[in-house]
Amino acid sequence: MKIGVIDYRAGNLRSVINALKAVGCDGGMVVKSPGELERCDKIILPGVGAFPKAMAYLNETGFVQALNEQVVGRGKLFLGVCLGMQLIMEMGHEGEKTPGLGWLRGAVTRFADTPGLSVPHVGWNDTRPVNSKAIMAGVPEGADFYYVHSFKVACCDSSDVAATCEYGEPFVAAVERGNVFGTQFHPEKSQHFGLRVLKNFVELPC
Amino acid sequence: MLSKRVIPCLDVRNGRLTKGVKFEGNVDIGDPVETARKYYEDGADEIVFYDITASHEARGIFLDVVEKVASQIFIPFSVGGGINTVSDMRDVLVAGAEKVSVNSGAVKNPDIISEGAARFGSQCIVLGMDVKRVEKSEAIPSGFEVVIHGGRKYMGMDAIEWAKTGEALGAGEICLNSIDADGTKNGYDIELTRLVAKSVTIPVIASGGAGSPQHMVEAVTTGRATAALIASIVHYGEYTIADLKKHMAEAGVQTRSVW
Repeated sequence: MKIGVIDYRAGNLRSVINALKAVGCDGGMVVKSPGELERCDKIILPGVGAFPKAMAYLNETGFVQALNEQVVGRGKLFLGVCLGMQLIMEMGHEGEKTPGLGWLRGAVTRFADTPGLSVPHVGWNDTRPVNSKAIMAGVPEGADFYYVHSFKVACCDSSDVAATCEYGEPFVAAVERGNVFGTQFHPEKSQHFGLRVLKNFVELPC
Repeated sequence: MLSKRVIPCLDVRNGRLTKGVKFEGNVDIGDPVETARKYYEDGADEIVFYDITASHEARGIFLDVVEKVASQIFIPFSVGGGINTVSDMRDVLVAGAEKVSVNSGAVKNPDIISEGAARFGSQCIVLGMDVKRVEKSEAIPSGFEVVIHGGRKYMGMDAIEWAKTGEALGAGEICLNSIDADGTKNGYDIELTRLVAKSVTIPVIASGGAGSPQHMVEAVTTGRATAALIASIVHYGEYTIADLKKHMAEAGVQTRSVW
């Protein structure tokens, strides 16, 4: 099985590919051009960085169209990680308002300024799987995952939420709707439970 | 709730793990990849590697270490030492590090922080600061001065001002090392840690002086740090990381459970 990891110059791709290997998937491949998505069975959009810049790059390079064809059109399994999860929402509010891929209803906004809370939210935080979603299978309530982000996702449809977390306020830690999955945390950097989430994605039938 | 992080720091010289006191008298204490793997399994929340190799040739050996670590360890790790250009940053990030730490390179050329943040994102730029206590003066109102070259060169910069500047330039975290406390095992410089942590909104990692779990508790409570860097107390087997976390949890500090 080939899992395409999209290189849009915004992420540590090697750690995703290394983590896929660690859960028994040797088919992780870096995808640099949209045409390559055709021969991938599943797709991972990793990423850190700024929403508007990432979206502009995905638009200019034709990845937006290719992703819509492969994920929405053909139903390929998709996992967005960190910024990659935020990009599947309708609207980003980082800097200028920027439309995202819009596969899930909701927006991406900054953590509110709260005295005593550092932003970005960096580190391990206990996370609660909800709605018994496939992506969080086998992860107990309160398992810690590694996060690094200043912006967070709010879903309009609570049934899209796969896990929640709290940092000054509750936020969405993972999403799942049909063939579309996302994690705000970094599964590739979250030791056992992170690897479990990646394994779940790898093992879901295409 | 966000856990306080326990971060072992590995100094690497010519591909081997070393440890010295106050940046001097380094001795070989093992293999960095094996040691990192042990700390990973024992519950380290993150790992920091410093390349303290002097020669340019040994840089390749260090990057090999980073690559090996990245293929075996699935927690974040940062890499510092000898980072002077955006291209140096890229090398360690491509090798698989999650974050890159700039120290004297940023003191000499602060723009490297903003360039690195623009290119790779703030989340992966850690501003490493080495700080010494000095007499309070007009130039150093806080009485904490930024130093480089392992504490041998005073820069005439106030540590608090430099922390704020680093944040404004786009650093995502500060790793704050007290040269006075480093290697002493007498505890972190809590006053320094607290002053810096109160002056910025980005997370501050306390470094230098950890000799007991109680010191770590102080760093993340009174000191307001979000993480505690440790070295000697785990390198020589005095404590395991699990021991340290257990002690911290008993003192009421939220740490990541090792399941």
